[in-house]
Amino acid sequence: MATVTMTVNGTSYTNDVEPRLLLVHYIRDVLGLTGTHVGCDTSQCGACTIRLNGRAVKCCTMFAVQANGAEITTIEGMATNGELHPIQQGFWDEHGLQCGFCTPGMIMLAQQLLERNPNPTEQDIRRGLAGNLCRCTGYHNIVKAIQNAASKG
Amino acid sequence: MIPSSFEYFAPTTLAEAQTLLRRYGGDAKVVAGGHSLIPLMKMRLSEPGYLIDLGGVEELSYIREDDGGLAIGAMTTYYDIESSPLVKSRFPVLAEATALVADIQVRNKGTIGGSMAHADPSADLTAVVLALEAEMRSGSSRAQRSMPAHRFFVDTFTTTLRENEILTEIKLPAVPAKTGGAYRKFANKASHFAEVGVAALVTIDGGVCQRVRIGITGAGPIASRAKAAERALEGKEPTARNIATAAGRAGRGIEFQSNIHASAEYRAHLTTVFARRALEEAVSRAG
Repeated sequence: MATVTMTVNGTSYTNDVEPRLLLVHYIRDVLGLTGTHVGCDTSQCGACTIRLNGRAVKCCTMFAVQANGAEITTIEGMATNGELHPIQQGFWDEHGLQCGFCTPGMIMLAQQLLERNPNPTEQDIRRGLAGNLCRCTGYHNIVKAIQNAASKG
Repeated sequence: MIPSSFEYFAPTTLAEAQTLLRRYGGDAKVVAGGHSLIPLMKMRLSEPGYLIDLGGVEELSYIREDDGGLAIGAMTTYYDIESSPLVKSRFPVLAEATALVADIQVRNKGTIGGSMAHADPSADLTAVVLALEAEMRSGSSRAQRSMPAHRFFVDTFTTTLRENEILTEIKLPAVPAKTGGAYRKFANKASHFAEVGVAALVTIDGGVCQRVRIGITGAGPIASRAKAAERALEGKEPTARNIATAAGRAGRGIEFQSNIHASAEYRAHLTTVFARRALEEAVSRAG
């Protein structure tokens, strides 16, 4: 066992974990934050995207021990005082989801996308979503949701 | 998918990592960004007893000028490379290819050194380092060495790295003035790996292709240089016809691979098409 300490959504957690415990399982099963999803489990679908030390990463492809000391934000940390994050609001306003399974990962990726490119073209957004799969929407309203968030600056 | 158990080490210096590797040798694996190794561990195709994580070895993450070229630390992430003004201005072909690797999340974490050491036959940057005639620098706790990229890649998932060695740096020598470069690939739609990817560098002076370098990935068991195509264009004017002739020779010597994604015949076709596109773009950027 190894001891890990990390800050998730502003709260510090310390736990003993097996080195082989994946970060996504730590977040879901140990911390109980089940908004981060396991989709493909092979780092292709992006449902497990979180923010780790300022970077959007797929946490099904790293171990919890590798996040020792890290600062993490998950979908549960996006809203503040009950008010949706502008990207969440964009998904709400544009109906950017159907089943919702991919949505947390989409939002966590969109945050990085807009941070690096605050005024993306539709093509920039579609390219930027390369690592996130949605099986319901055909991406149309997801793109609109991100455009909606971008327009609010 | 849950990997087998292993003991985990997080060294903070290269020396410490090399000492651990000497101690645990063949039963240890070195992990960089983890985007190649961890999926293999999850599928239990790789079951190391000891995992040595270079994530905390900050001395291996850098991009700096070196002898007219650039030296890139093995732990430098794809994102750091694609967003580096130094790479964009000095080796735009590397920035272009890096921005096409996988997706944003993978590029945030994946490293150039991890990709090189893994030697996936469909990796993008293998073609680029071959075309750029990069030097691969590695070291054990006892000695350091350097070798050209074309000798570093031996076979699928196989390099000349020894059991006790860690790849430390990729050195890109300066390219001649009036050189244009381009990377073009036909990507798998899910993984974005190259079914075929071609990196081309063309130096044009006096209206003639003085120097041509082509690296091809995805087509065969390991990335390789397309020397027949290079020779076909060197000394010639960069006309559409000469480029097409050279591209037609890009597949010479490649043992084309067949798998679920593409047949050998299709890969041979893609090689010609993407060699032509990469050469045309490189020519348009040269001079």
